[in-house]
Amino acid sequence: MKILPFFVIIPLGSAFLISLLGKKFKKFGDLWANLSTLALFGLSLHSISLVAAHKMLVYKVGGWLPPFGICMVLDGLTSFMLVTVNLVSFLVTVYAVNYMQKFTDKAKFYTLFMLMLAGMHGVIMTGDLFNLFVFLEIASIASYALVAFGTEAEELEASFKYAIMGSVASSFILLAIALVYGYTSTLNLADISLALTQKGGGFLISFASVLFLVGFGLKAALVPFHAWLPDAHPSAPAPISAMLSGVLIKTLGIYAIIRIFFNVFGATTTPVLSIVMFLGVLSMLVGVILALSQWDFKRLLAYHSISQVGYVMLGIGLGTPLGILGGLFHLFNHSVFKSLLFLGSGAVDYSLHTRDLQQMGGLREKMPVTANTNLVASMSIAGIPPFNGFWSKLWIILACVQAYIQSSKMIYIVYALCAIVGSILTLASFMKVQKYAFFGRLNEKWQNIKEVPGLMQLSMVFLALICIVSSLLVMSSFKPFLDSAADALLAGGGYQEAVFANVK
Amino acid sequence: MSEYILCFVLFCIGLYCVLRKRNIIKIIIGLGIIEYAVNLFFILLGYRAQGRAPVLAKDQAVTNIVDPLPQALVLTAIVIGLAVTALIVAIAIRIYDKYGTFDITKIRRLKG
Repeated sequence: MKILPFFVIIPLGSAFLISLLGKKFKKFGDLWANLSTLALFGLSLHSISLVAAHKMLVYKVGGWLPPFGICMVLDGLTSFMLVTVNLVSFLVTVYAVNYMQKFTDKAKFYTLFMLMLAGMHGVIMTGDLFNLFVFLEIASIASYALVAFGTEAEELEASFKYAIMGSVASSFILLAIALVYGYTSTLNLADISLALTQKGGGFLISFASVLFLVGFGLKAALVPFHAWLPDAHPSAPAPISAMLSGVLIKTLGIYAIIRIFFNVFGATTTPVLSIVMFLGVLSMLVGVILALSQWDFKRLLAYHSISQVGYVMLGIGLGTPLGILGGLFHLFNHSVFKSLLFLGSGAVDYSLHTRDLQQMGGLREKMPVTANTNLVASMSIAGIPPFNGFWSKLWIILACVQAYIQSSKMIYIVYALCAIVGSILTLASFMKVQKYAFFGRLNEKWQNIKEVPGLMQLSMVFLALICIVSSLLVMSSFKPFLDSAADALLAGGGYQEAVFANVK
Repeated sequence: MSEYILCFVLFCIGLYCVLRKRNIIKIIIGLGIIEYAVNLFFILLGYRAQGRAPVLAKDQAVTNIVDPLPQALVLTAIVIGLAVTALIVAIAIRIYDKYGTFDITKIRRLKG
């Protein structure tokens, strides 16, 4: 129980220390950032065994009893998200040691990175609605600044767009929190859930649900709200693109949506789930269709993020055990392969100083590690067996078919078909990337390029290995990791009982 | 009831300002209006007609006091709003350096 606050303390403390000492000692930032993300990754792995032993742990911040004080909650879903976030963030900091060399102020980069990490951990762990908002803003503000980190014209423009849309989304979320507080007169997630089961939902709660969906949907870049993502994600430095696409949209968007709709609002919001599913399918198709015509490597990947988030939302929106399992598994897989793809595009950018696919070609000869890891990631995202993306997409599609058999509504079959079409289009789009960037004839210009430095290779190879190894998660001996996360969601209102039982 | 509706109108004015204005400084001001509308709404939730300040003294009964929790929350929200505004204004100044204009229709190098 004592380890829970350290998920926020370590990154916040590191941010402070790095900004204090990073200027004086050049290597301090690199070393300290890597050590603390490694420690956090270790802690998050430890949290899996804690969840297996205790089911749920509650930490009372400042010793105040919930519902009066703020509490931090560790359950299956929390530890699942923590592992995902920390896996990616550790490998990204390893990558950043070399990559960020070309920027002038690495210490500021690590400071903002750690603040963003602290915000994400806070969002994942907190058991209090307003606290969730505060941490969400910490993560968002750090990410606005990180998108503008290069301070070139395009980056500033993208950051401005992102900041405006993100702030409007935050205002929507705050308004929804105000409405929920007005209706239930409490802010503790478990207590809100309790009050709603006693009072029942009403017009105000439906209104608040819509506001939450718009606010968090904007943060998750679901389709009608996606306009900022294709600008913001490519403009950031590659390690940050990997963090933003890999984990930030998932923690601030998807995690917050599912935690609130499944565990807090519970059964009062079944219509919301069908909206979530519809938006998911829409994002899936629109994202991939827009991606097909892109020639900028990172922008293409950013559009694919929109599309893959759609898969996660479709799976989770089904609300069936298999659907939730598939959605969560796809969330994990997407974090791994999308961060790998962004790191790969960063590696190409590092050597070639261009992101235009048409200027590349034949990079396989010169950059074998980048090319091969990128091939693995491309096959994962396109859903080719035996890579991890195949299994999660298969589960989502099977869950759609299962839902059709149970309810015999045609819409589920349509969703399943859309998922298959989306997957085929993804494959087409990544075949284009492979053909233009890595296969084919080497462009005369690039005769003298070299493979990227060792640490960057190391982190890409690790992520590629995880792409292959994590398909083992479908096997029964590793499945408890996913199962405990899915159980936390399926329990629905059981969340409040578990929290209150733990407090006493 | 009317004060809640006015709050909502203020929110919509801010949203209109963000969506329709072309000058980025005006957009930032619109963002401020949205934030203040939400804060005002939050404060109104805790308001009680003829309510006392929520100070618990020795010989005072806890009756008819305004709800102190929204006030604490709004204080936090204002600070967050300040941070966001400061950051966005800093970005706006940098944009002016690069593009030489505040007009968003002229600031479009990103497309697609």
